[in-house]
Amino acid sequence: MSNAGDKSQAEAEKRHQRVRFYQVGSNVVGNRLLDPEQRTVQARTDRSNAITSGHRACRGCGEALGARYVLDAAMRASGGKLVAANATGCLEVFSTPFPESSWQLPWIHSVFGNAPAVASGVAAAQRAKGREDVRVIGQGGDGGTVDIGFGCLSGMFERNDDVLYVCYDNEAYMNTGVQRSGATPPAARTANTKPIGEHLGNAFGQGKDVPRIAMAHGIPYVATATVAEQHDLERKVETAMGIRGARYIHVFVPCPLGWGSQSQDTIKLARLVKETGLFPVFEAFDGEVGEVSKIRRPTPVEEYLKLQRRYAHLFGKNGHPEIVERLQAIADRNIREYGLSADDGEEVR
Amino acid sequence: MSDRKPYAITLDVGSSLANHTGSWRDERAVYVDRMPPCNNACPAGENIQAWLYEAEEGGEGYERAWRKLVEENPLPAVMGRVCYHPCEDACNRGQLDEAVGIHAVERFLGDEAIKQGWGIDLDVEASGKRVLVVGAGPSGLSAAYHLTRAGHAVTIHEAGPMTGGMMRFGIPRYRLPRDVLEAEVQRILDMGVELELNRKVENVAEEMSAGGFDAAFLAVGAHIGRRAYVPAGEAERIIDAVSLLEGLEEGEKPLLGRRVAIYGGGNTAMDVARTARRLGARDAVVVYRRTRERMPAHDFEVEEAEEEGVMMRWLSTVKHFEDGKLLLERMELDESGFPQPTGETDELEADSLVLALGQEADLSLLEGVSGIEVEDGVVQVGPNMMTGHEGIFAGGDMVPAERTVTVGIGHGKKAARHIDAWLRGGSFERPPRPELAGFETLNTWYYSDAPRVHQDRLAAARRTSGFEEVVSGLEEGNALFEARRCLSCGNCFSCDNCYGVCPDNAVIKLGAPGERYEIDYDYCKGCGICVEECPCGAIEMVPEEA
Repeated sequence: MSNAGDKSQAEAEKRHQRVRFYQVGSNVVGNRLLDPEQRTVQARTDRSNAITSGHRACRGCGEALGARYVLDAAMRASGGKLVAANATGCLEVFSTPFPESSWQLPWIHSVFGNAPAVASGVAAAQRAKGREDVRVIGQGGDGGTVDIGFGCLSGMFERNDDVLYVCYDNEAYMNTGVQRSGATPPAARTANTKPIGEHLGNAFGQGKDVPRIAMAHGIPYVATATVAEQHDLERKVETAMGIRGARYIHVFVPCPLGWGSQSQDTIKLARLVKETGLFPVFEAFDGEVGEVSKIRRPTPVEEYLKLQRRYAHLFGKNGHPEIVERLQAIADRNIREYGLSADDGEEVR
Repeated sequence: MSDRKPYAITLDVGSSLANHTGSWRDERAVYVDRMPPCNNACPAGENIQAWLYEAEEGGEGYERAWRKLVEENPLPAVMGRVCYHPCEDACNRGQLDEAVGIHAVERFLGDEAIKQGWGIDLDVEASGKRVLVVGAGPSGLSAAYHLTRAGHAVTIHEAGPMTGGMMRFGIPRYRLPRDVLEAEVQRILDMGVELELNRKVENVAEEMSAGGFDAAFLAVGAHIGRRAYVPAGEAERIIDAVSLLEGLEEGEKPLLGRRVAIYGGGNTAMDVARTARRLGARDAVVVYRRTRERMPAHDFEVEEAEEEGVMMRWLSTVKHFEDGKLLLERMELDESGFPQPTGETDELEADSLVLALGQEADLSLLEGVSGIEVEDGVVQVGPNMMTGHEGIFAGGDMVPAERTVTVGIGHGKKAARHIDAWLRGGSFERPPRPELAGFETLNTWYYSDAPRVHQDRLAAARRTSGFEEVVSGLEEGNALFEARRCLSCGNCFSCDNCYGVCPDNAVIKLGAPGERYEIDYDYCKGCGICVEECPCGAIEMVPEEA
């Protein structure tokens, strides 16, 4: 398993060879001066658009973007032989209001809590039919993954079922009206966190770090990514698709509705969360951290927080600089722990 | 579908494409082309961003880039060397790391064209009109070129024995080698422009009727050195800067001696001082009545002059010149920055004094021509570059404007457009200028850090021993690198970002790079992510009409 993994990983690295462009780094989606193979899947006119237009996601939805990025890359990696099992949640509701569907791949809707188990079952069925060429993705939001589907997910990991599970993390239950989930960050306000009094918003010291929990299962591949860096996200999907067994990718997807952010700031927020250090972007093979995305422009957490109304209580006349400091401390700890700072003189693209 | 539907299914299933989410929109994304700051600042009106875009491809892109460039300016190899590049002062990249070295890429393209022998293809019907151009300097050559491209027959009358005007007589060859100048002038002549040298026009109106010209463009420049009264002994050598540079160009070897003083603070003063060093002067001292900060000469000229051993006497005026000694009076700046005499004096030994105090235009060809208005020694022209005399246009140093080669070339082009329209019985309207692509319209995250490539300069020791070109051109690889540093402000460069970041797949990629994109308004919800993430600010949000 890991041999095949290494080989395809090397191939993926080669395809995503780091080409330096001075006008636009490899940060943009494509570039007319680049060899087409080195542009992202999203730059291609023949991308599958696994989730097509007409879906009912809010304006500027990060999850709709994340799902298209992941699935288009996986479709390309699997030669179009891909089945997706989808937990209940925003992604399912906005894409599939009966009788319409936005999905342009075989797609099966599970209940809220069992998408990983349904995906495991689909994988088992393919194995029984001798169809090793058909690959399986399970996907859901943070509610369905971190909280409600957590037992099924852990079981899928523990059995090392041949499924790539993708969590689109928008840090709360958005579909039902922005309630706190196990992925909601400290101090963020939701519909059911403390609305008045001393400590507004989500409590500190709660919640789950599912990428780390996944790593603790010792599964072959775990990665985090954001919708702001398509080259990185696509490379990780491709790497994951080159490996058999249980794999997990945790994608950070901003939610303008739930966070009270401007619809045009979705990608910007995803960029800032990584640049502040609040969301470490890394990958791990067999439970061990491998490559880490370094911070290119070190940014204080305020710049990220201020763009979101869920943190508005921290700023202004009656603000709470001491809470902002605690959030900065979390970012600083991530930077230390994952080694997110670029070394002196090291260039970060 | 048949009437017998499976359990619980009462509607035909279908794609969400039936759901036109564009109806949610209250603002729409619209592609725009904004005015890049470089183009906006260019006195010759070059479309710099557009030619850099072509050059970025390298290989065959260079010829396309050069062709795009010469649509506006026929002298890129000259311009890349002598222009003071206001484009680079305006360049948005200057706020990121360093401005793009536009002049260096321009020079590379110009030199490449000379090397490859690229010429101008004329595919225009002859208008049957004849235009007289007076003066073969930058402005006259530019007008001749553009008028020829517009289909008119052009004849240039040049009073001097050589073409180039101030490009030849005002700019020393260590800044502009003559083979480069001659190659670019020849290319214009090869288009069919007639040139008569040593042909001074005495009266332009008479010349026009005698030669059967339908219009005239005057660009005689400003060649007469401005004099200042300096009491001096009979044996002292006082020369004016323009005559000195002209004589040198015509093969004279001026006798300056070992100690040369140059009076003035402009670029010409620097040119003379640097020339004097090359002619063997041990001391070349520039005497200027104000401070370095207030000197009109460009910083790089002063810097290069100092590297070559030119010395400066700030805050000094020349009182008189006798027995090989200049008496200088020290000045101080008053509150308004004007120099005032202090009464204190200094001596400076000098074998000769060169006056570089500015130049005036010789307007004798307009004497007796009706309608001409002259003010402060220059000819007044309207916004269409026409003088008060119908059909006689003027530009360059003889009209009120900043006196640089680039401004002259810009005048030539502008006048050509108006002359063309006037000859055809109409008037030329400049297309409205698009909104400026300011730094705040960019998303600079997407641009990689890339400090500029600097051109090599000749070692100072080698410079003073001859007239070899001081600044080298870029190698092909460096020119490509430099071109690719362009941010493409305000103009799409096919990076696919909008296509990639739309959550609603509402951006249509039209095909090959350069064919750009289109918004599918059936599905665009108006979120604005494409606008926010467009690196170069080529998309904007526009409110929907209610």
